[in-house]
Amino acid sequence: MTFEKRADASPAGNILVPLFSVVLALLTGAVFLWLSGHDPARAYMTMFKGAFGSGYGISETIVKSIPLMLCALGVAIAFKMKLWNIGAEGQLVMGAVGATWVALNFPDYPALVLIPAMFIMGTLCGGIWGMLPAIPRAYLGVNEIITTLMLNYVAILWMEYLVYGPWRDPQGFNFPLTAAFADAARLPTFGDSRVHAGLLIAVVLAVIIYYGMKHTRWGYEVKVIGESETAARYAGMSISKNIILVMMVSGAIAGIAGMAEVSGLMHRLQDSISVGYGYTAIIIAWLSHLHPGAIIAVSILFGGLEAGGYSLQTTGIPAAIVSMLQGLILFFVLGGQILTRYRIVFNSKKVGGN
Amino acid sequence: METTTIITICTAAITAGTPLLFAALGEIFTERSGIINLGVEGMMLVGAVTGFMVAFLTANPWLGVMAAMFAGGLLALIHAALTVTLRANQVVTGLALTIFGTGLSGYLGKAYIGQPLVSSFKSVKIAFLSDIPIVGPIFFNHDPLVYLSFILVPLAWYYIYRTRMGLNLRAVGENPGSADSLGVSVSFTRYLYTVVGGMLAGVGGAYLSLAYAPSWMENMTAGRGWIAVALVIFAAWNPLYAMLGAYMFGGIDALGFRMQLMDVQVSAYFLSMLPYLCTILVLIIATRRSQTGGVGAPRALGVYYDREER
Repeated sequence: MTFEKRADASPAGNILVPLFSVVLALLTGAVFLWLSGHDPARAYMTMFKGAFGSGYGISETIVKSIPLMLCALGVAIAFKMKLWNIGAEGQLVMGAVGATWVALNFPDYPALVLIPAMFIMGTLCGGIWGMLPAIPRAYLGVNEIITTLMLNYVAILWMEYLVYGPWRDPQGFNFPLTAAFADAARLPTFGDSRVHAGLLIAVVLAVIIYYGMKHTRWGYEVKVIGESETAARYAGMSISKNIILVMMVSGAIAGIAGMAEVSGLMHRLQDSISVGYGYTAIIIAWLSHLHPGAIIAVSILFGGLEAGGYSLQTTGIPAAIVSMLQGLILFFVLGGQILTRYRIVFNSKKVGGN
Repeated sequence: METTTIITICTAAITAGTPLLFAALGEIFTERSGIINLGVEGMMLVGAVTGFMVAFLTANPWLGVMAAMFAGGLLALIHAALTVTLRANQVVTGLALTIFGTGLSGYLGKAYIGQPLVSSFKSVKIAFLSDIPIVGPIFFNHDPLVYLSFILVPLAWYYIYRTRMGLNLRAVGENPGSADSLGVSVSFTRYLYTVVGGMLAGVGGAYLSLAYAPSWMENMTAGRGWIAVALVIFAAWNPLYAMLGAYMFGGIDALGFRMQLMDVQVSAYFLSMLPYLCTILVLIIATRRSQTGGVGAPRALGVYYDREER
């Protein structure tokens, strides 16, 4: 059995293979659940109902998908340039910290001032957190996978220091959370659901990124550098400058996710801001082939997985099953990708034609 | 500082560095064969949880270590199958392994959170050697797994640099094309050392749950798997330097902890940041050094080997 390179990846394969991979991953997860003494059918039904079975479920799914969309859009931009930004989690946390600082210090300003200020501060903090590892990467070639990841732990500890220390709400019964934000510091929600304006921000950003990548000079440069650094250098593009810029933009978008979480959903900073959305975003970006439209769709699917996993806890199955399933999905997608890039030939002699 | 304080910190540095050392040794073998496995964190977590579970159920920590080795190797086998046979991107597969391992360990370990372990690894004084002043108490008053790592490091060094098998391993990582033409199976070599790497990462994880802090907690590795990956770069893929680096990081870890006990006026959260910040700093220094002469990464690291495109 050998693999022969396909001349071009088939568009149908690009959609069918991931879809089939997700199904296989869920089946493998079912076998695992069954082996560990749970009823897989009941578990999946509970998850599905929890995620899509009711108006409330659907709104929870969308609420969970908002930070995923934003983080995935952020890491996708970096991935486009073959920069492995694994630090979206920390960038999200720093964005939330920045936005919270504004909300706690200027509670008396009107929403028209406060919300944009929080947005800018969240973007800035996330952007700086993304830029920090980009500088040694651009000028010294220091592996950004490890540095972005290490900064996640630093950001989370910094946030914990704030909510357990100087920012802790004196009226919070000793819980690690800040005081609730003033109404003016809260993003509007749709009707009386918990779905907030962060959804709009994510969709608008997806459109801007799609357009920017396709039709601007900068988008073109990012694409060329991602495909071949040597070619880009010959064309006179500044690689170091673009590395720093791209990582800054990537981090800034994750920072917006953090701002949206505190301003639209939690209305305060608390340590549950970090639940691993930054890592899930990596899977989503990869599954979506870095396409902004696909990211929005896949994020909703993964938001459903998160919301469904939450409702699973009542049945005694640990919610950790969700990240296990996410890992399995990625395994099958990665393994399945060979089918889109190669055709399998079952005899040792080469088949002519093509 | 008094001598006793120095001895205490150095002893603690070795204990805290040992899980890093096992994981880094494993990753050195893997990367020497040209495969980068970023799933160390996930393999350590699964090693920690299976080690704990088996030791809990059998009351035998050694069986726990064996189980952790097996589990780590099994996870690494997934990585090898995906990257060597199915040509998947090594970076993304490793990340998937970490996400999967985090979930799997959380799932398996749920029932064991906060359970006490009847029999964990305890320090054993080595006769005569532990009586040597300063060196004795620092190096020869540890649990058996630490002694195992003392033996493993020179063995690994000898294996990689002085044996035929080690030569083949290095050849596959440096130049798989010529290794192949000399009759060394690139695929087999990469499968083998990826699995060996996973087994050692599993032992590193088990060290945490069976010796360092005998218990199971979700995400108890706290990024140590990633520090181990950085350590490999710092060590220039050499087991002896890995030992040095692991104890240095163990020392930073231990120092932060000591300072909390000594009531230093710095928040515990900032002290906990030290290992992560030092990892970044050390990585920058190591990268600079490898560029100005020195030894770099195996040349075929992270590159899929295609026989037909040789």
